[in-house]
Amino acid sequence: MIQLDDVTKRFPGGQEALSGLTLSIDKGEMLFITGHSGAGKSTLLRLIALIERPTSGQVIVDGQNTRRVKRRKIPAYRRQIGMVFQDHKLLYDRPVADNVALPLVIAGVGHREAGRRVRAALDQVGLLHKEKQRPETLSAGEQQRVGIARAIVTRPKLLIADEPTGNLDPDLSLEVMRIFRRFNEVGVTLLIASHDILLIDRMGCSRIELAAGKLVAEEEEGPAWQ
Amino acid sequence: MAVTRHSDAVAPVRSSGPLAIWFTRHVSTSIGSLGRLFRQPFASLMIILVIAVTLAIPAALNLVVKNAQSVSNGWDNALDFSIYLKRGLSESEADALRGLIDQRADVESVQLITASEALGEFKRQSGFGQALDHLSENPLPHTLVVRPGPMNTSQSMILLQEELGNLPEADVVQIDTEWVQRFHAILDIVKQAITIGASLLGVAIIVIIGNTIRLDIQNRREEIEVTKLIGASNAFVRRPFLWSGFWYGLFGGLLALGLVQYGLYLLEQPVARLAGLYQSGITVLALTLEEGLFILGIGIALGLVGSWFAATRHMRRIEPR
Repeated sequence: MIQLDDVTKRFPGGQEALSGLTLSIDKGEMLFITGHSGAGKSTLLRLIALIERPTSGQVIVDGQNTRRVKRRKIPAYRRQIGMVFQDHKLLYDRPVADNVALPLVIAGVGHREAGRRVRAALDQVGLLHKEKQRPETLSAGEQQRVGIARAIVTRPKLLIADEPTGNLDPDLSLEVMRIFRRFNEVGVTLLIASHDILLIDRMGCSRIELAAGKLVAEEEEGPAWQ
Repeated sequence: MAVTRHSDAVAPVRSSGPLAIWFTRHVSTSIGSLGRLFRQPFASLMIILVIAVTLAIPAALNLVVKNAQSVSNGWDNALDFSIYLKRGLSESEADALRGLIDQRADVESVQLITASEALGEFKRQSGFGQALDHLSENPLPHTLVVRPGPMNTSQSMILLQEELGNLPEADVVQIDTEWVQRFHAILDIVKQAITIGASLLGVAIIVIIGNTIRLDIQNRREEIEVTKLIGASNAFVRRPFLWSGFWYGLFGGLLALGLVQYGLYLLEQPVARLAGLYQSGITVLALTLEEGLFILGIGIALGLVGSWFAATRHMRRIEPR
């Protein structure tokens, strides 16, 4: 699903966020990226989302070389990927349902079809009853689940999440992770950056560890705690 | 433009026909932009008022010129000029000359006032009747009053007057109505000046709307960033701002029409009184339907141009971080 080939990302100023990273992520995998802050976790996700482009090397996502995606085509490329952010990035001037519907509006899905899908997505994260509320009336955990509903409403094959539980307490974090797990069970490939080692151990998923932009450890799926 | 963008919609998302999508998107975006306008009624009204006044000023001035032209067009006879013929010309010679000039294409009609007719008229009007009887001979010449054809320009008018003045029978050409020609020339200049002024005001409207949209974009920067992050194209993000520009232009144009109409209403009574004094049928010419639509069209066009410039310029700078 994702193939990184000797990828280096150097920022203006010379500091290297990723140096010569080679990595392959299979379809249907649920992979955690761990490492200290500044290890290159976010940069990796940003390269996949085409928010940044690599300085050298290739990033191939679902058969597409991101290098060949023209600037004008970036929006269409991004629509293939579901994205979840640490700070949710919800729009606070509109209700939950409209936030979740946004990717469908962008893709031009009809009103009725969109409504159906929004309710399905909210149902999957257990927030169907809050569809008319404003995001600021929800708790942090609920806001994050709205963010997840928005990421999956277009049914992407790939979902990337940057510190999705960064602002959540352990119980809420576990709940979010269980939601991710359920998507993974229906075939969605997930790539989650997180430094919450305890939580990752508990989930028993494969993980890679980055340090200073390099791959330092790779661990296959272990038994989940529950 | 939106139509082609759909080909790159995400595969798992089943979309309806491109035209239907294009239409639905625009309808919902336009309503959304309209809603935004109404949610800040005071700010919106200020901008609309500025646009309206800016549109109404040249429209009103243009109307003034149009009315002045229509009034002065009623002064057709004011373009007449007189040719005093040389003394000693007989009445039949004068009449022959009248027939000759009358055949010219650039002359509508020629009237002969014989010396005796002129004297009779003068006697009647001046009140010197008795005194004039003592004159041994009529001191007045025969006169031809020439009415130029309607196709004449002020240039050809001068040529005509010169040509007729150079006839051997002609003594003096008297143009007592040059001021009408000057008046027309002045109106032409005023019209030009209005056109130039209106263009400048048009630029001002573009700047005003552009600046408003720029502020709007800044206020919604976060929203734009998020929508771009989840796959919105520049066209998608720009669309609501273009609609805002459209609404500003449309409402500005409508209010401008209202202002002009109100001005006409205020002038109606005084003009009627003036017309009464002159016993003339002067009425104020209002805006025609075409002129009204033209003002609306200009308003909308300027709104779209202003918002397009602002949106295109500032949109590119906002990229997700």
